[in-house]
Amino acid sequence: MIIGVLDLQGAVHEHISIIESCNDIAVRVKENKDLENLDGLIIPGGESTVLSRLLKIKGLNSGIVKKYRQGLKIWGTCAGLIILAKKIEGESMETLGLLDIEVKRNGYGRQLDSFTKDVEFNNNVSTVRFIRAPRIIKTGVEITPLLKIDNEIVAARTKNTMFTTFHPEVTGDTSFYNYFKESIIKTQVL
Amino acid sequence: MEDRVRINMDLARMLKGGVIMDVIDAEQAKIAQEAGAVAVMALERVPSDIRKAGGVSRMSDPKMIQEIQKAVTIPVMAKVRIGHFVEAQILEALDIDFIDESEVLTCADDQYHINKGEFKAPFVCGARNLGEALRRIGEGASMIRTKGEAGTGDVIEAVRHMRQMTADIKRVIMASDEEIMTIARDLKAPFELVKKVKELKGLPVVNFAAGGIATPADAALMMQLGCDGVFVGSGIFKSDNPAKRAKAIVEAVAYFNDPVLLAKVSTGLGECMESISVSEVKVEFAQRGV
Repeated sequence: MIIGVLDLQGAVHEHISIIESCNDIAVRVKENKDLENLDGLIIPGGESTVLSRLLKIKGLNSGIVKKYRQGLKIWGTCAGLIILAKKIEGESMETLGLLDIEVKRNGYGRQLDSFTKDVEFNNNVSTVRFIRAPRIIKTGVEITPLLKIDNEIVAARTKNTMFTTFHPEVTGDTSFYNYFKESIIKTQVL
Repeated sequence: MEDRVRINMDLARMLKGGVIMDVIDAEQAKIAQEAGAVAVMALERVPSDIRKAGGVSRMSDPKMIQEIQKAVTIPVMAKVRIGHFVEAQILEALDIDFIDESEVLTCADDQYHINKGEFKAPFVCGARNLGEALRRIGEGASMIRTKGEAGTGDVIEAVRHMRQMTADIKRVIMASDEEIMTIARDLKAPFELVKKVKELKGLPVVNFAAGGIATPADAALMMQLGCDGVFVGSGIFKSDNPAKRAKAIVEAVAYFNDPVLLAKVSTGLGECMESISVSEVKVEFAQRGV
């Protein structure tokens, strides 16, 4: 499979390592031409205010939305999730607005409140990190929860997207990546 | 390795490909965030002013740091003097996102750095070469920045330190296992960390460039030399048009391999900061705390 990673700012290399460790091909996406022929796109963690601004430099914001409408599968982690969301609590940041969710940035507090958690997902225990992570505070009807912690959604999907408030890629975990491949990219119908 | 150390190294990873800007008040912090800064460094005087003023420079007033924390949503960093662990305790109590144990401030201890592993907050430290970087990582730093020469606007030291770092890392990667201890001895670096560099084929933490970066071209130069992102100190808010220059440097770092875009963002930025050649500098900050 050919998986693109949005390469503007953030933990790009970590996702590329996961993709390559699963014997797939990783493509760095810096402009619209890089979006051609992808099976899926990962929007990595980083700083969402930065990604929001950089997406406009070469029109990648409209390029990604256009590809999404044509069926591109997208996974957003942390800041990547914020970039996909329709609404950000208390902020006017421009996003791609593809997901019917409302998120609160830095939902758990500052860096000193960042934490690691072992979560059970897809018959696997994964170690994941919440780094200045966002919280999902409202979800629309199309959203199917994949994982909850203390009754709060931290991972979910729609037909063509997956989103996680945390980082599975920094610990070398492949189970969320494999789910993205097997259940979002390969499976056409939810 | 302790979980907290890993979390802190991972926060640093989220900053990659970004620009960290020195700001002296909430107003500048907002301009920096608006321009696309990945984090801000809160300090009372930018390095070029510290250089001019002389005397002793210390950790900033908590009031100013808290005002900046309120003004922006991106991570806020602040500097402490080398070896001044109480300034670090104070910053941690303020819920700071990153502490810079910095040679730009006056040293508080000429023998020892802070035992950074004792803290919950992540630290970034300066280094001129691999040995220095690994000593700081051994003390608990989660991120390294090449020192350069802050407050000059002259990029030569940043280049020198980055090239030295790369050369040192290459030597370790090429070395056979029996050479590692000798290299550790030569570099005055912890043996286990030198082994780690060989295994990872690079530093175990993120490495940004700093000290003398004044233009989008300087920033892209450092990125092409292999650093993970850049710190810009006096270069932005001491220039003619800080907002425009800040935006230009952010774009230059994201598209550091795109000369057409670099030409575009370098156009019409107005005057650079008032610069001084490193060869004319009286106090070399980079020589502090090695």
